[in-house]
Amino acid sequence: MHKKRQFDMPMQTIIDIQNLTVGFTDKNGFERPVLRNIDLQIQRGETVGLVGESGSGKSTLALASMGYLKTGLRVFGGSAQFCGTDMFKLARTPLQALRGGKIALIPQNSGQSLTPTMRIGAQMSEALALHSALPQSAHVQRSLELLTRVRLPDPHAILTRYPHELSGGQQQRVAVAMALTGEPLALLLDEPTTGLDVTTQAHILELLREINEQTGTAMVYVSHDLGAIARVCERVVVLYAGEVVSDGIMRTVLRSPSHPYAHGLLASIPRLADARMPIPLDGRPPAPGEAGPACAFAPRCVLASERCQLERPPLRRLFNGEQVRCHFPEQTSSIECADSRVARVAKQSQVHPLKLDRLGVSYARPSLVDQLLGRDPNSTLTVQDVNLRIGAGETLALVGESGSGKSTILKAVAGLLAPACGSIAFADESALGAQVEQRSQSHLRKIQLIFQNPDDSLNPRHTVATILAQPLELYFKLTRAEVVERSISLLERVRLGAHYMDRLPSQMSGGEKQRVAIARAFAAEPDVILCDEVTSALDVSVQAAVLDLLDELRAERGTSYLFVSHDLAVVRALAHRVAVLYQGRLCEIGPSAAIYSQPLHPYTQVLLGAVLEPDPDHTPRLLANDVVESEPPKLGCPFQRRCPVHQGAACDRELPPWQHVDENHHIRCHIPLANLVQTLSAGKESIHA
Amino acid sequence: MLKLLFRRIFLGGLTVIIVSMIIFGAVEMLPGDACTALLQQDARGETLKQCQEDLGLNRPSALRYMDWVDGAAKGDFGLTAHRNKKVSDLVGDRVKNSLLLGVCSLALGLPLAFAMGIAAALKRDRWLDLSVSSLAIVAMTIPEFVSATVLILIFSAWLGWLPGIVTASASSPLSAFFPEIILPVVVLSMVMTAHILRTVRSSMLEVLDSDYVRMATLKGVPYSRMIVRHVLPNALLPAINVVALTVAWLLGGVVVIETVFNYPGLGRLMVSAISDRDLGLVQAIALIVSCVYVTVNLSADILSLLANPRLRTSMGRKS
Amino acid sequence: MKRIFEVLKEVASRPSGAIGLLLVLLHIAIAISSPWIVPYDFKAISALDILTPPDAKNLFGTDQMGRDVLTRTLLGGREAILVTAIATPIAVFWGGLLGIYLGLVGGRRDDVIMRIVDAFLSLPWILKMLLLIVTFGNGIHVLIPTLAFFYGIPVIRIARAAAHSVVARDYVLAARARGQKRLTIIRRELLPNVLDALMVEGAMRWSWMLLAFSSLSFLGFGVSPPTPDWGLMVADSRTFLPLAPWAGLFPIAFLSSLIIGINMLADALAKTLGVDRAQKAPI
Repeated sequence: MHKKRQFDMPMQTIIDIQNLTVGFTDKNGFERPVLRNIDLQIQRGETVGLVGESGSGKSTLALASMGYLKTGLRVFGGSAQFCGTDMFKLARTPLQALRGGKIALIPQNSGQSLTPTMRIGAQMSEALALHSALPQSAHVQRSLELLTRVRLPDPHAILTRYPHELSGGQQQRVAVAMALTGEPLALLLDEPTTGLDVTTQAHILELLREINEQTGTAMVYVSHDLGAIARVCERVVVLYAGEVVSDGIMRTVLRSPSHPYAHGLLASIPRLADARMPIPLDGRPPAPGEAGPACAFAPRCVLASERCQLERPPLRRLFNGEQVRCHFPEQTSSIECADSRVARVAKQSQVHPLKLDRLGVSYARPSLVDQLLGRDPNSTLTVQDVNLRIGAGETLALVGESGSGKSTILKAVAGLLAPACGSIAFADESALGAQVEQRSQSHLRKIQLIFQNPDDSLNPRHTVATILAQPLELYFKLTRAEVVERSISLLERVRLGAHYMDRLPSQMSGGEKQRVAIARAFAAEPDVILCDEVTSALDVSVQAAVLDLLDELRAERGTSYLFVSHDLAVVRALAHRVAVLYQGRLCEIGPSAAIYSQPLHPYTQVLLGAVLEPDPDHTPRLLANDVVESEPPKLGCPFQRRCPVHQGAACDRELPPWQHVDENHHIRCHIPLANLVQTLSAGKESIHA
Repeated sequence: MLKLLFRRIFLGGLTVIIVSMIIFGAVEMLPGDACTALLQQDARGETLKQCQEDLGLNRPSALRYMDWVDGAAKGDFGLTAHRNKKVSDLVGDRVKNSLLLGVCSLALGLPLAFAMGIAAALKRDRWLDLSVSSLAIVAMTIPEFVSATVLILIFSAWLGWLPGIVTASASSPLSAFFPEIILPVVVLSMVMTAHILRTVRSSMLEVLDSDYVRMATLKGVPYSRMIVRHVLPNALLPAINVVALTVAWLLGGVVVIETVFNYPGLGRLMVSAISDRDLGLVQAIALIVSCVYVTVNLSADILSLLANPRLRTSMGRKS
Repeated sequence: MKRIFEVLKEVASRPSGAIGLLLVLLHIAIAISSPWIVPYDFKAISALDILTPPDAKNLFGTDQMGRDVLTRTLLGGREAILVTAIATPIAVFWGGLLGIYLGLVGGRRDDVIMRIVDAFLSLPWILKMLLLIVTFGNGIHVLIPTLAFFYGIPVIRIARAAAHSVVARDYVLAARARGQKRLTIIRRELLPNVLDALMVEGAMRWSWMLLAFSSLSFLGFGVSPPTPDWGLMVADSRTFLPLAPWAGLFPIAFLSSLIIGINMLADALAKTLGVDRAQKAPI
């Protein structure tokens, strides 16, 4: 799986960072380092992944190799050299010549990083004028070449467009094209696929691999996503609290890491092939500038001894070539994994707390004219014909990419969005009012929400006590003392202590805030909790702990979850049943074990094929292109435009019929089941078992 | 996009209609009418009734409103309270004069405001920025009569460089107003410049902190080109609306300045019309002023629409 | 309550905040205590002592009617400060409440009311105020409601914008989904987060109101003579300005220092609370 390298390329160090320490001065005048004693050498053509969580300093390091530091940061010591030139000592003009030229950045959020008032063509031309010797007249031609190179369809049209007119994936490709204008020796990629759909991400990573193979451009790939790094990089550098803690070839670091942090990190990542719950890493990484004089990881480390609390370990090379910053790296492989649990089995019950029947939701609002004339706004529904039954104590996951309608369904169930048709009913057969205002108190109590972004879902002015008191006071008749008592017991249940009662959200970390949000949801003692991407905004190591907590609470209280996520590995760990959605329509629904081992619907296959795993031997299968559709087709199967096994007129005109694999597993497709099963086993190189 | 344009124009027109109704209604509600103003002490009994019939004041409000609007559209606002002059003639002169004042102030103030705002943002938190920002705040919040008085004191009384009072009459040709117009223009543009400056500065700072400017830096774009092609177009867009608001404000705040300098403009006319209870005149002035306001805002909106690519292209073009 | 103290403390720690606070408190102290500390009667005319420059007898000199300028200057802020200090909280209160409500409720009501607000704002402020004053007189009982009404309208815009930025947040959605009543949502979720912007706006409103009040007095539509008022004093001094600048300069100095003080205070408040202060036209 290793990339082909141009073997006639001389080994040459192009990025040479030596003992670099970077930091800021806090308001008391103390120096706080954000990067400490970084030694990093990158050769021509090498692809290196910089892995770390928030606060690790990975972005700062990548940008430092260009001689760029965020406002407020400065170099405390050491140097960052590019092709022998110290970037921090370089004068302005030569620095500008190098940046965007021989060393180029592909930013995280291309949508925000392209100037909104300039057309793409103008921005490409600008880059060419700065970094290539081409005359003005040749710019259009070259721009078209570059855009074609990054696999953008219809490059002529793209040149005339403004950034906001392109989709996320297109914007990212444009960013790659612009970075290539100067024929760079090194590309810095700062989380380039964050926020993109699974399939789009897979395609962009393939593109990057190609570019490295064809041109021998070195790549520094900054990410927290080990799956992406496994795909693109041959070497991995793990950063923790501003230090390099592990530096070795990808296979070693990912398969048998020698640093306890890397080990813990890998164990906490949910895997597609593995139905087991990931093992959480306790604690949280130190904030930027907070690390002390001893080993930064010691407070969280299973192997920590007294020496680790006092003495900072140096970076040393092990016999297998890996460099590790640890006092006891040989002991890492013997860290025992705690008993890996499977998602606890829900008791099979006939009670279904929630039933969705032919639910349809639309965001379209009739315009004034339409209202005056009493006309129906004849647009296709965002979500259509969704039938779901959630069992008591079970986790039903809704998966799909952007536009799949999964969040829309949650909003409709929560009563924040009135359905256009269909109904939502409770176990006792009582129908749920369309909107919050029409629902009874007991119905409101039984359905609770947990949101994606913990920064946003808690009122910054309220203490934890106030936040927890709200549902308690609203739904139950309790005395003041009882409210406090219940709040504390809830906090303890989510593994925060009573001492959190007086805290404000600004005084808590992302993981802690999300736990408070979970406590708030459980305070109402609901039957169903709607989870909207609840772990997507958290650091990888924190995510596992939150998932573990959610599962425990579910088993304990018998609550059901309607769990929305774009992360298929997370869903694998947590969900009993999975519903796959495309453009607001159901494609496949069934037990997660069946769907992950035998994805039958063509879209499910596309989705699962594109998932990346932090595994050196894993190759994603790109079965469909990454076009983002803005609207479902008016007739026929929603997947008709992208389906790799499109059957012709039937798919375009008729809604696919429901086919039943067994009583719990259903799929909507025109292709007969038998054929689907056959093609599946035929092309089964790396389907996960 | 055409749809957006029409919608804006339609809303602008709607605003003018609402305003005209407010003006008419407000004046209706005030005690007294054209007859009481005309007859003064004699305004009672038969004389009053007769007068009201003559002038058609006893007809229902709605009909009188239609008449008024109809006349206004043709530029005919009737006669003044003393029945001796046509409102439109009187107002016409004054509008011309106030326009002169306004245009000169804009010509002085706008370039200055933009230049200083941009400079202050580029040299953020250094001496230039701090002094410019403080001066702007002072100029904005100190009443115009204060700045006018101080300037008159310095430049007219002590230094004798400029005349402190305007002596030309309302119907004089425009050239007659120079050089007396210089001080009023300076005071007027002081306030306007301060407002626009602050907005421009704030907008510039926001853009300078943005991701795309950072990206341009990391792309190796030279500083001057970056400012011109990446920063300014994005920073100046929001300023358009503030300029419009400020221009509109000019129409109101100009009253004090015209009084201080004895300038024969629309503002002073308005004050004397109100004092004299000349309601017809007041209505006319109010309507004209608000029409100008709405027009200026509409132009600003349309300009924004044309200049901002995000507003221009509909979302449906995404592929 | 505790928060107000903390905020004040931090404001005072900034240089602009300290100066601003000092100036404002000084002026308020003068306004309250002046009737007892002034040396002369503000009405006392003296034909002999017209337009005398500042000397031992009249520290600030005398005006064209022989009245002591120091006395009139010290008393000159009383009515202005009284009226504006009462009208400002009223304006912020009603404008803020309406703005928050519109921000939360949106929809048709929002559109209609904002249209009317826009129409209102298209009329020059002075026209609106003069109309009311000329009709109903210029006593305090007219000035306070008039100022409170007209200066509350721009507050609607600010409060609405602040509410908009909060309403889209997940914690407001969470409250709605829980089934919390609208009024509770406004009180518990919106208000605490919008309050900061309103406080800064309130300070700015005060300074605009002082500007309006003194301008009205200057034009002769505010305070009636012989009550001393800074605006009125400047108007009176105009004719003789080259001869006796002190009659105009002292009231100007006092008025300006108060306004600048309020602005510095507002600035420090904005920085402390983290509110953006891009200013639009006052009305």
